[in-house]
Amino acid sequence: MVSPVAWNPDLPLIRMREVVKKFGAATVLDGISLDVMKGQVICIIGPSGAGKSTLIRCINALVPIDSGSILVEGQEVNDPMLDKLALRRKVGMVFQQYNLFPHRTALANIMMAPVHVLKRKRADVAAQARALMRKVGLDGKEDFYPGELSGGQQQRVAIARSLAMQPDVMLFDEVTAALDPETVKEVLVTIRELAEEGMTCVIVTHEMGFAREVADEIYFTDRGVVVEHGPPADFFTNCRDERTRRFLSQIL
Amino acid sequence: MIGAGRTDLAVLKAFAPIAASRTSAVPFTARHGVMLIGALVLAVYIGDAQAGPGTPSIPATILKWTPLLAQGFALNIAMSVLAMAIGTGLGTALGLGLISLTRPVRASSWLITQFFRNAPWLVLLFYCVLLMPFEVRIGGVIVPLPGWAKATAGLALPVMANVAELVRGAVQSIPSGQWEAAEASAFTRLQTLRLVILPQCVKRMMPPWMNLYAIVVVATPLTSIVGVSEAMTLTGDILSSEGRTELLVPMYLYLLTWFFLYCYPIARATIAVERRFAVR
Repeated sequence: MVSPVAWNPDLPLIRMREVVKKFGAATVLDGISLDVMKGQVICIIGPSGAGKSTLIRCINALVPIDSGSILVEGQEVNDPMLDKLALRRKVGMVFQQYNLFPHRTALANIMMAPVHVLKRKRADVAAQARALMRKVGLDGKEDFYPGELSGGQQQRVAIARSLAMQPDVMLFDEVTAALDPETVKEVLVTIRELAEEGMTCVIVTHEMGFAREVADEIYFTDRGVVVEHGPPADFFTNCRDERTRRFLSQIL
Repeated sequence: MIGAGRTDLAVLKAFAPIAASRTSAVPFTARHGVMLIGALVLAVYIGDAQAGPGTPSIPATILKWTPLLAQGFALNIAMSVLAMAIGTGLGTALGLGLISLTRPVRASSWLITQFFRNAPWLVLLFYCVLLMPFEVRIGGVIVPLPGWAKATAGLALPVMANVAELVRGAVQSIPSGQWEAAEASAFTRLQTLRLVILPQCVKRMMPPWMNLYAIVVVATPLTSIVGVSEAMTLTGDILSSEGRTELLVPMYLYLLTWFFLYCYPIARATIAVERRFAVR
């Protein structure tokens, strides 16, 4: 195993090399390599079943990989001795289905991890959580239960819950795919604000307009491989690969 | 909409049982109560007609013994509550064993659960009453173990196994997204269970747990076979001391009515709880 390299902000925050993941006979990731620099926003696009969700779940070790290397701030994720909890404190994640804890209020959802995982003082965390609620435009909804909030509002609470851990990188797994069209925008606006503040983001999305606007780098994946990647201006106007062109023509 | 198992459309007849099973089988309904009290009144009437001249009327006799019966019934309640409390505590631990990530723990928990869930309650009762000592020494103190305490332990064992299954089922019914979200928030497995999964299980477990309690209550008369002086035993004693055959049917129906009056509100509450938590 690679010994933890002294990581510095000039090195990629996330560095994936030849990552392979199989589910039974199906090879979902077939040698994925990508780099995410600190402060960079990358969008991963591609047809359904391309392994985008699996890719993003590998980064915080929700899905163990079969071979290859994933370094997060110099820490090897594909290591049996990995301290998963330490890794997940640095990597925030937002899910398609929000996955808020339905038995706790919005504020309590945000406070849980900082209080129980980071063992911070409840009063401090409460103040921070209220600030986060304001940040995602939900002040006044602190005492609402997830079931009482709209999809877009729940997703913004989920983003705030993730931010409460003060992660170094945020992973977004098709966070607008389950939303009503009219609430998609409020969530995208929240993410864009984060990106503009310099948060490192890995975003799996189907929102091409959003990807074009917010991404520093776009990765197009299909059948477990990165077909091509590049800055959005380049990527959308003169992509080289036939598969990319076909995908874009279908979706744009 | 298929409402409460009632259907007028022929095509829906096939689905009626499914619709009915949406609410768990509640053993006590108001109809049972009406039938029970009707039977009691009828039995008292017939019994009185059979009674020889000069004997006190059956209602008067029943009333005379009611305080004693109440004492016995209190023991039934106490045993059921205790068995339920002990069984729930142990069963929760056993249920967590069933979902343990450690194979030997999971396997042994499974074996214990299957054994105590499938063994006849009466057999477990006999084992506990006959195998447990009449007193135990804890430190320097000798704690006597009366028959009712041993019988309670005997009832707690099947409760434990049933609760373990309830816990396992409830945990597995929680969407996997909840586990993922908790894991992504860097919770340990224990924190995930304690803070996220189990609190959500409580709601789901409430209705079947209350049903189980009603079953435990009506199982407590089993302890009369191993000599516990609960309501059933006392009814037998009362009958033999009175020595009047016409008292037999009314007396046991009277006892049954007590059980019904205690269990019926629980059944109603179970339905209410079920309704409340079903819509979400």
